[in-house]
Amino acid sequence: MGKKGGQVLITEEGLRHDGRRPDELRQVRMEVDVLENADGSALVEFGGTKVLAAVYGPREPIQKYIVLPDKAVLRVRYHMAPFSTSERKSPAPSRREVELSKVIREALESVVLSDLYPRTVIDVFIEVLQADGGTRTTGLTAASLALADAGIPLRALVGAVAVGKIGGTLVLDIDEVEDNYAEADMPVGAAPDIGLVTLFQINGVMTKEEVAKGLDMALNAIERIVEMEKEVLRSKYARVGEV
Amino acid sequence: MARQERRIVVPGDRLPPETTGPEEYLVDNGGWKTPAIVGILDVRDGKHVFIPLQGAYVPRKGDVVIGLIVSQGIVNWFVDINSPYQAILTAQDFLGRPFNPLTDDLSRLLRIGDYIKARVEAFDRTRNPLLTVQGEDLGRIVEGRVIDVHPSRIPRIIGKKHSMINMISEETGCKLYAAVNGRIHIVCPNPDSEAIAIMAIKKIEREPHTVGLTERVKRLIEEEKKVRGV
Repeated sequence: MGKKGGQVLITEEGLRHDGRRPDELRQVRMEVDVLENADGSALVEFGGTKVLAAVYGPREPIQKYIVLPDKAVLRVRYHMAPFSTSERKSPAPSRREVELSKVIREALESVVLSDLYPRTVIDVFIEVLQADGGTRTTGLTAASLALADAGIPLRALVGAVAVGKIGGTLVLDIDEVEDNYAEADMPVGAAPDIGLVTLFQINGVMTKEEVAKGLDMALNAIERIVEMEKEVLRSKYARVGEV
Repeated sequence: MARQERRIVVPGDRLPPETTGPEEYLVDNGGWKTPAIVGILDVRDGKHVFIPLQGAYVPRKGDVVIGLIVSQGIVNWFVDINSPYQAILTAQDFLGRPFNPLTDDLSRLLRIGDYIKARVEAFDRTRNPLLTVQGEDLGRIVEGRVIDVHPSRIPRIIGKKHSMINMISEETGCKLYAAVNGRIHIVCPNPDSEAIAIMAIKKIEREPHTVGLTERVKRLIEEEKKVRGV
């Protein structure tokens, strides 16, 4: 069952190649304030995927023509480090990176209160340090956390995770191996506190029912991810002393 | 004694609809509010108050700020006021008379790197803030030292009825001025007092949300004074 290229992706007992259940996240680790020079930063790990996000701003840009008169402009750069993959990745921005930068920017724009800082820019740099599947969702989670760490006003925090389909079974938080052989991959980003889905993509074939079930799985997991984000932000201040 | 409860709140947390605080940082979701930035929810006698721990300084007309001269134009200086918006100070305002670029030399009046104490004369978000140094105690800062803190910490550094800043001033013998944009001007009688005052301010900046901070800062100053023999 679910065997591809000699690799058993899902066993008869319903366990995945790394021993996880279908609805189980990889081990998640989050940290904020990891960069001294940035206004806000975060390091987020989902299993082997490690992503660093840095936020600068709001600030006046060098290129004044890019500003908007009524709100701040959000600039997002998603980039994979040359050493993030097993084969060297060219550091030049690829088509995929340009697209993901846009997708992540749009996912964040719906929660950033950009009208508070007209004529400014907020820069978000997302650097994938190690890629093991789910880099866009980990990147979006890290960016949301870094924005909150920088004190950029947000309507709510955003979390993200991907659901995949392997051998007809929906599985949460797919890694590189599963992504390579999955029949479908559905990254979802959401702000559960305000009931908003900010990122929704599907690559592959899924039925209407599978999409609905996958979305439920993703949203349940995102609630837990956002709760982790909140805990990390709180602990930044709590570690200084008792409130 | 009034019952008090404080906890750290983050974006997305549910706050009661009656929560008060800076309006720009409280998002009303119809029936409940959420903080847009990390802060403290202070509950006292049934009143919920949100105190921000983050947020950039946005100038308001009338604010007295400490600015750093970063560059100069033909008839004006550009001033960093620790805000997303760079401020402008005109040479005419600084001189208090019309300025003639042919006969007056801007760089002899203010140099890049100078600090000034100025008031925000105009700011409406369509143009950058305009500063004035015409007024009592305004103008170039000629003595002491200026330190940067996060603008959100200034109310805590000043304290209720100036209690914190007065305490630091009395204990160290330094004169302090805390500007709303997160810059503090310190004039001290000796380098040790200056170092102690800076240590106290940095402690407040790190621990603004903690209880009993005034006492701890006072203890820190007393201990440091003993160590340094001030």
